Amino acid sequence: MADIKKYPTPMLDVLEDGPWPSFISGIKNLRDNHPDERINNVTNGLLGQLEHSYETKMGYWKGGTVSVFGYGGGIIPRFSEVASKFPESKEFHTLRVQPTPGNYYTTDIMRRLADSWEKWGSGLQTFHGQTGNIMFIGADNASFQPFFDEINDYGWDLGGAGPCVRTAMSCVGSARCEQSCTNEHAAHRHLVNNFTDDVHRPALPYKFKFKVSGCPNDCQNAVERSDFAVIGTWRDHKKINQDEWKAYVEKKGVDYVMDNIVSRCVSKSLSLGPDNSLIADESNCVRSMHCMNVVPKAISPGDDKGVTILCGGKRTLKIGDLMGTVLVPFMKLESAEDYEKIVELAEEIIDFWAENGLEHERTGEMIERIGLVNFLEGIGVDPDPNMISQPRNSSYVRVDGWDEAAEEWFAKKREEKIAV
Amino acid sequence: MSKPKMREAIETGAPDGFQYMHPTMRRNFGLWDYHEDIQPGVMVHVSKYGDKIWTVKAGTQRILDVFTLRALLDIADEYADGYIRFTIRSNIEFYTDKEEKVPALIAALQDKGFAVGGTRNSVASMSHTQGWLHCDIPGTDASGVVKAMMDELYEEFTNWNMPNRVHMTTSCCQINCGGQGDIAINVQHTKPPKIDHSLVGNVCERPSVVARCPVAAIRPAMVDGKPSLEVDEKKCICCGACYPPCPPMQINDHEHTQLAIWIGGNHSNARGKPTFQRLVAAGIPNNPPRWPEATAIVKKILESYKAGARDYERINEWVERIGWPRFFEETGLPFTKYHIDNWRGARSNLNSSTHIRF
Repeated sequence: MADIKKYPTPMLDVLEDGPWPSFISGIKNLRDNHPDERINNVTNGLLGQLEHSYETKMGYWKGGTVSVFGYGGGIIPRFSEVASKFPESKEFHTLRVQPTPGNYYTTDIMRRLADSWEKWGSGLQTFHGQTGNIMFIGADNASFQPFFDEINDYGWDLGGAGPCVRTAMSCVGSARCEQSCTNEHAAHRHLVNNFTDDVHRPALPYKFKFKVSGCPNDCQNAVERSDFAVIGTWRDHKKINQDEWKAYVEKKGVDYVMDNIVSRCVSKSLSLGPDNSLIADESNCVRSMHCMNVVPKAISPGDDKGVTILCGGKRTLKIGDLMGTVLVPFMKLESAEDYEKIVELAEEIIDFWAENGLEHERTGEMIERIGLVNFLEGIGVDPDPNMISQPRNSSYVRVDGWDEAAEEWFAKKREEKIAV
Repeated sequence: MSKPKMREAIETGAPDGFQYMHPTMRRNFGLWDYHEDIQPGVMVHVSKYGDKIWTVKAGTQRILDVFTLRALLDIADEYADGYIRFTIRSNIEFYTDKEEKVPALIAALQDKGFAVGGTRNSVASMSHTQGWLHCDIPGTDASGVVKAMMDELYEEFTNWNMPNRVHMTTSCCQINCGGQGDIAINVQHTKPPKIDHSLVGNVCERPSVVARCPVAAIRPAMVDGKPSLEVDEKKCICCGACYPPCPPMQINDHEHTQLAIWIGGNHSNARGKPTFQRLVAAGIPNNPPRWPEATAIVKKILESYKAGARDYERINEWVERIGWPRFFEETGLPFTKYHIDNWRGARSNLNSSTHIRF
């Protein structure tokens, strides 16, 4: 441990009190007790600068251009604007590293990552950032390349930063969830790993995110935070174990079950039989999950599982928040051909957007600007009534291609009928 | 001097997760039948073949130092089976297929100061951004705001007191990387950027900055004989979108950068369709190190929600049922002209009916 002059941190010290784990205590522990003098110094500088921010209510990091050999992104460069005051942490870059789908780790691999990071970086990390990356926070200009080389040798790669395909995220999934309707791991890796070049070399209009949730509960925020949301669902009847259901009604009472489950079905598709059995109008089930969330022992997703794909979700910048829009109401995602099909769809979308998106424009904003129909025609997807909440309400619309469009619809319906 | 030989990257992308997965989870992949919530932070999942896996969830400080990380790993080895994962809200989950290990695991976590909870109808750990610790455009801190609030909401994390789960987020600028939340505490700038005209011409790609403005308030201009940019301050909505591509357009300010609170963002398709969060309070001082004014409003909203919502109602569903006038009454928050939307599509946020509660 280095005998260093510690910057005073009176405001940060206040954040060491209270029951929730304190990040300040953690950083101080590195400053005071880590055997490597380099780490003592860099965390001392960091605490000094953070305290300065707390006192002046301003941030003091600026960006720059830093990447590993052969890549153009994956690192968030940070240079201090107050390096003369806190020179120890004047370069403090973050490496974004792609986790496994669902963020699974053994303690062995975690220790190996911690050892590598301690050798080269500040000893601070986050599992995970809002895009889904492991964030190794605090490498200087000399250390990010050797750190990357070391962890890349045992299987870890950088994620995206800048206008590129970003690191994907997926939920806990089939590994531990009874609601899961798809193999999130396979969907996640087939999709994002098809675009590693677009992850590492930013050359798109703006960011593009894949997120995978195994069911409509969407624990991964896919509909709201990704350009390409893959959400597991099923198209046959949900499964009801009437014995378990009746046992639940017995335990909770009819009033409770009516108030909290039957009447709360958003499409009013549930009712209670005279023997307290659960009656479901399956043609009106919209997969809104509530009944099976409350009584998972009695109600489960059906067997004919697949995914719904929505496109264009994003946060505020620049035109305001947008939810994803349904592009594919249902597709199977089981065979090698299915996975090829979903990857091809993603390629079509990214190609069309790369060609037609404005600088700094997300897919959702492009769809808003050009209209969903132009987008569908661009990527070769047919219109489907599941894509809308309701048809247009303004009469100002040109419909001179109506007959052809109607004929296409009927032809498609005939084909579907033959296929069945 | 010859160039040093650089190592070529192996472009593997996202690694395979199965190699790091608990054997019981791998064996029962896609074969889980149901789960039971045993106590806050503890679940057991039962597979169709009768296998069981216990999950214990704990809140962490998210900005982890290697000492804390190793302490968590030691707990995973000694009291669980050496397999972990992190949730989207940076909670750590420990797994074991041996029920007898669970009580000691919980005790070990609590003993080391980690909060066990965050499942079902609790206030989950807040998802947050980087703030003053690492962001280049932050209006406030992130980890500090979360630490201060979770100290106050500790009992809500470790208990099942809420009508349904509450997901909270913070964002340290108006890009709002923290995302949608049942309650979101976000930076709200209140004054246009202060422009350092001596730097703009050299630092900023002016056409892209002009294009970045959501309300077309920026235009190229010559200022003191130098190419720069000017802002129509009447049009400016003070969003700060120009600041990342053009740092000389400083949006952050020690006084005028404030906080706003938004409620009702819900990404789940459970019951209703996913919803966006809505502005409920602004003008809240950005007051480190503990942000007491923001915390007080969050606690008041939670208190009203807890008292008024039915079981399983998320915050957005509760407000939809009782109506916005009642929400402002219940929470004591002022309703102002700033709550009335004037962005694109704003009229769909107005009441075009006689549905009014008296």
